[in-house]
Amino acid sequence: MNLMSAIGGAVMFLFLAPILGGLIFGVDRVLTARMQSRRGPPILQPFYDIDKLWHKERAFANPVEVIFTSGYLVLIAFSGVILFSGGDLLLVVFALALAHTFLLLAAYAANAPYSIVGAERELIGVMVAEPVLLLLAVGFFMVTESFFVAEILSKTVPAILSLPGVFLALFAVLTLKLRKSPFDIATSHHAHQELVKGVTSSLSGRTLAKVEVAHWYETIIILALMFLFFAGAPILGVAAVVVCYFLEVLMDNLFPRVTWKMTVKSLWIITVIFAVANIAVIGVYGGVV
Amino acid sequence: MSSAEKSPWILHYNASSCNGCDIEILAALTPLYDVERFGIINTGNPAHADIFVVTGSVNEQNKEVLKNLYDQIPEPKVVVAVGICAASGGVFRDCYNVSGGIATIIPVDAYVPGCSVRPEALIEGVVKAIGVLEKKRALFDNGGAK
Repeated sequence: MNLMSAIGGAVMFLFLAPILGGLIFGVDRVLTARMQSRRGPPILQPFYDIDKLWHKERAFANPVEVIFTSGYLVLIAFSGVILFSGGDLLLVVFALALAHTFLLLAAYAANAPYSIVGAERELIGVMVAEPVLLLLAVGFFMVTESFFVAEILSKTVPAILSLPGVFLALFAVLTLKLRKSPFDIATSHHAHQELVKGVTSSLSGRTLAKVEVAHWYETIIILALMFLFFAGAPILGVAAVVVCYFLEVLMDNLFPRVTWKMTVKSLWIITVIFAVANIAVIGVYGGVV
Repeated sequence: MSSAEKSPWILHYNASSCNGCDIEILAALTPLYDVERFGIINTGNPAHADIFVVTGSVNEQNKEVLKNLYDQIPEPKVVVAVGICAASGGVFRDCYNVSGGIATIIPVDAYVPGCSVRPEALIEGVVKAIGVLEKKRALFDNGGAK
């Protein structure tokens, strides 16, 4: 990929991802409401929320959380810029992990019980999701012999044919990444939860708005990673991402009370059975199905 | 109409209600009344809230809690007193440990009458409070409030 398209991809991501991410969550909330036979909020509701938060008083449990939440937002955006400019998948994964460290630090800095327990459980969430993201980068390297997104995209045979197990593991982790389940970690829009709002319990106003926008960015990154499995068949890729997101909302409404213990067990089992086994098979027999 | 009006997040606190009004507040969140239509979310977290919904009369044991929760909500904010107990102490007003309505501790912007309140009245009270919230935000944006 040449320099111009790389810069184009990065700029498009920085400006369009928050718009698309906000709209996705707007549709998500309406869809959830309809599944519960409610009408639900307007589709633009996430943008109203952000605008309102931006106009709130600046109150901090600890002023340093301004730096940490900004670091979270900037690193998530950096990770997306690397991904959308056709850069190194490993760098994307590591930047995402570092971004989450900043969010955790923001929660720890508040020094409030709900924040700290929330941060510890978020750490468990990171521990569960990170292996899948790493295996994803490894899997793509084994199939396409490159960590670079630009080269992965230039392949005509979709990677899903060789990496169905890794894709399923990523789909399983999607529920965690979208902050839907487990309900005792998630900071989603569900009603009362065990830990109030987990990591964001002590954040308010603009710091909370930044975390929310970073979450939109991250959602786009994860959905783009799903799309990457269908490089060479873009229409199929978009359809697969839409279907996966719909299934995610459906599962969230069917199983709204998944706990963190259940999540760790089930996701690690899924990671080993699908992703590790998938990569082992490729390692032994080669990437061509 | 600004976003303050479109995205009011609620914190509900039961000062010492009999639970009648609290059940009606939860009823307002059900599919039949669906307050999320108006962007209203029951946050359960003072740091995120805009509207403080209080039920029951306040007593000597929990007036500090009530004050503390109110102080933790970032400006602009409004308070809705739900039910007759929150308004005046109701039938409990003469009890030895009851301070009276919540207005004896924190400023109240809207009163919702009833024992217990009906969900429709509650939603109307919150919508009235949103009007006050809007005015407070205009003041706050101009540096009028703290």
